[in-house]
Amino acid sequence: MEGGKGAGGSAALGFGLLVALALVPLLSQVWGGTYLTSLVMQAMILAIAAIALDILIGHAGLVSFGHAAFVGLGAYVTGIAITEGLTDGMAILALVVLASAAFAAVTGAISLRTSGVYFIMITLAFGQMLFFAFGALAQYGGDDGMTLWETSTLFGTDALQAGGGLFWVVLATLALVWGFVGRLAVSRFGRVLRAAKEAPVRVACMGFSVFRFRLVAYVVAGVIAGVAGFLLAHQAEFVSPAAAAWQRSGDLIIMVVLGGMGTRNGPLLGALVFLGVEVTLSHLLEAWRLVFGPLLILVVLFARGGLAGGLDWAVDRWRTRVQARA
Amino acid sequence: MKNLVSLVAAAMLAAPLGLSPAMAAEPLKIGMVLTLSGPPAALGQQARDGFALAVEDLGGSLGGLSTEVIVEDDELKPDVALNKAKKLIERDEVDFVVGTIFSNMLQAIFKPVVQSETFLISPNAGPSTFAGRNCNPYFFVTSYQNNQNFEALGKYAQDAGLKKVFLLAPNYQAGRDSMEGFKKNFKGEIADEVFTPLGHKDFSAEIARIAASEPDALFTFMPGGMGVRLVKQFRAAGLADRMTFLSAFTVDETTLPAQKDDALGFFGAGSWAPDTDNPRSKAFVEAFETKYGYVPGSYAMQAYDAAQLIDSAVKAVGGDLSDKDAVRAALKAADFASLRGEFRFNSNHYPVQDFHLLRVAKRADGKFQTEIEQTVLEDAEDTFAADCRM
Amino acid sequence: MSTTLLLIQLLNGLQFGVLLFLIAAGLTLVFGVMGFINLAHGVQYMIGAYLTVAFAELTGNFFGALALALPTALLLGLALEFLIFRHLYDRDHLDQVLATFGVILFVNEAVKVIWGPSPLIVELPEALSATFQITEGLLYPVYRIVLIGVGLVVAAILWLVVQRTRVGMLIRAGATNPEIVSALGVDIRRLFTIVFGFGAMLAGFAGALAAPIFSVEPNMGDDLLIVAFVVIIIGGIGSIRGAFIAAVLVGLVDTLGRSVVTDAMRLVFDASAANQIGPALASMLVYVFMAGVLFFRPTGLFPARGSA
Repeated sequence: MEGGKGAGGSAALGFGLLVALALVPLLSQVWGGTYLTSLVMQAMILAIAAIALDILIGHAGLVSFGHAAFVGLGAYVTGIAITEGLTDGMAILALVVLASAAFAAVTGAISLRTSGVYFIMITLAFGQMLFFAFGALAQYGGDDGMTLWETSTLFGTDALQAGGGLFWVVLATLALVWGFVGRLAVSRFGRVLRAAKEAPVRVACMGFSVFRFRLVAYVVAGVIAGVAGFLLAHQAEFVSPAAAAWQRSGDLIIMVVLGGMGTRNGPLLGALVFLGVEVTLSHLLEAWRLVFGPLLILVVLFARGGLAGGLDWAVDRWRTRVQARA
Repeated sequence: MKNLVSLVAAAMLAAPLGLSPAMAAEPLKIGMVLTLSGPPAALGQQARDGFALAVEDLGGSLGGLSTEVIVEDDELKPDVALNKAKKLIERDEVDFVVGTIFSNMLQAIFKPVVQSETFLISPNAGPSTFAGRNCNPYFFVTSYQNNQNFEALGKYAQDAGLKKVFLLAPNYQAGRDSMEGFKKNFKGEIADEVFTPLGHKDFSAEIARIAASEPDALFTFMPGGMGVRLVKQFRAAGLADRMTFLSAFTVDETTLPAQKDDALGFFGAGSWAPDTDNPRSKAFVEAFETKYGYVPGSYAMQAYDAAQLIDSAVKAVGGDLSDKDAVRAALKAADFASLRGEFRFNSNHYPVQDFHLLRVAKRADGKFQTEIEQTVLEDAEDTFAADCRM
Repeated sequence: MSTTLLLIQLLNGLQFGVLLFLIAAGLTLVFGVMGFINLAHGVQYMIGAYLTVAFAELTGNFFGALALALPTALLLGLALEFLIFRHLYDRDHLDQVLATFGVILFVNEAVKVIWGPSPLIVELPEALSATFQITEGLLYPVYRIVLIGVGLVVAAILWLVVQRTRVGMLIRAGATNPEIVSALGVDIRRLFTIVFGFGAMLAGFAGALAAPIFSVEPNMGDDLLIVAFVVIIIGGIGSIRGAFIAAVLVGLVDTLGRSVVTDAMRLVFDASAANQIGPALASMLVYVFMAGVLFFRPTGLFPARGSA
């Protein structure tokens, strides 16, 4: 059934991944220290943004090439708020949500007039505008970005500090978003989105406003990415326009496609693998892109449906074999 | 490969220096965060090679400890720089971090490095951010404060009696700093201030404006490929014969191999040039060219000095790096013979040194280099040190 | 701004536009006819520039280098098509994005390994290195005029080929309705290969022409690729005419914007604020322009596909 497994992705695989991530701090006691936790935190934050992007790509069929702009926006709102002396985490989060929702509503309303590759390019355009705007903020470091000498507190605790509970906050957010997108996929909203992807005219004839559904999806995806930016600012303790660069938006698309579109496990897996392979290869070899590039091509040519698709297929096969034996 | 440029000569060196076997067994680990990919990779390459040459010249050990250098590429991406720096601190447990080339990369790695109480030594980036109020006891700079090269050029323009100058820089922090720095000492007329995007390709629009405003000189800051394009297009438009070309980081040893004759006679500024007249510097240039096959620029020199600085400090504390205050005092003393001549640290750990006007020249062997034309600033301190409470 | 200055800026904008057109032409055809998103198209531009550097060293002559670089760029394009892209035509757009992104990573790195990271340069031939006096004190390089001329000639030829020849007719038909063309018994695969090879060669040609005035360095095609995409979107995908008009428009908007925006800002804000806002706005201008065009014409100025 499409809504259950195809769109949601097997829950067991996702749970497994989340549990494995929860074990990372334990593992870091033995190997890697805070380097490992920090790296995994970064991967999880990218995964949050990628899962949000997949609402658009996988479910709504809208390829946004400006998604990193929302991550940058979240990071900048956070950075500016902290620099200006606001240290209450919840208040900053509220600002982040408001800012990204507003930006998504305005740019989404304009972008959704177009479709297909035109949509790709108009979202790129808005992303680039924001990118150049960040670089022009001379009082907040301009292109150099700004170091956050302090980070915010969550109800007076250090839960949002990199050395404190941030890992768990990020993991909890990731689990929440993962669960939310899973629910969204099987909800009426998700079904309408996917139906509109296949046959927009038919959905419109049934009395749904395709535009409105898509706009809501765009705002939801934007807000989640903004929250990812909020977390990113806390993890890196540093904010710069690079977070909103088009290359970053490209990376997010790559993560979604690599992992498998329209499966909530896909973007999660894609983000983890993308960063993992990049870090590992670049430690082994200076010219690591000579290996990474062909690797991506091979994935496209031989692993249709991305990594999650491949894994689901393998799990299915294993299950059938076990059942056959039993 | 790049990550484990292991320059070990432990057994040989421990004995003559009289170190205890236990100490000799614990090598000195240095992590470098440099830009080694993308167009500006040439700068990082210079720094890497300069540092490696110093370690080699010192017999594979700094301060008597066998030395392992781990080089990381920040890819000019802040998040990558941050990850690499964290890896060096947490996993490799390096004793010193040497980096970065660019200010925005320094911004990214600064907090985690100094908070781990690891000494951070910049072989190039010297932003104002960490020179004043945010100066740090764990941060040292062996290059300059970024604005100083620009201030030197402004001083020269003022002293040389240039009346009208056109300012051109890329639109980012360092570009804006360059114009502020230049205007600090130059009191004449500013024909115009024009910003281009970073990585600008075609300067013909700007060149047309420069020609139209008929200045005595162009002051510009166009590092890397931008400098190559500007110099070529400036020469082709015939402006080179009509005005003085004053620049920082635009005509240097990383860009001259591409600019060649087009840059002849153009001016730059710096604290050192390959023709610096002291025996150590001469030996360095010769050894560098023999080993790596290209002319070293200031990036290589500053990295070489960074290695010498670490060597002097480790030696001064007898290889015991546990007492951070003692290490800091030893670093601060800067008890080494800098290739550029006189060198000491200011209260903010940025250098106090001379700045020269440099001129592009063609050598007898057909290669190009900058040469010292005249000294513009002596014992120059940066303007931010006064705000540093340390 | 004086009229001469304006004239020079118009020439500069035109020249940038022509360069963009050479890159965008291949991109829009490959996209329009095959429905194939080729991110690696910018890499073809870079390859053209590097090949010119290499052959210029070998032959010591710019024209000789050009003569060798073009067929080599064509061959490399065909090789890429044969090895990788051919297997992606019937795949999802995003699969194409992922695979061609892999190609970008690989080629950018390979170029750095082979030629080193420093910017390289090609010397102009004597015959083209002349300049002429445009105003008192400003020389305009003849080469830039030649570049504009060559670009216009190529554009005209391309237009003739597309409008007047059999292959051109198939290309136009393919861009409008590939299924029908295929059903009519045309070997659409061979058509694809031809279009792809020549698109790659045109981008390589742009790189070769740019090599003597811009520096040749790794990743040089990445940013231009994005602008080329902007061009084909504004022009309407699959339309050579659209690509040409959009390329010139984008070239002019970008070049004139740079010289006008900051001055315009100075009328409104004080000098330092204008210097902060102006350049950022100038960089955005091309994107604002595209967003504006798409707002009023959601499928570009000259969409090739009638209904879809």
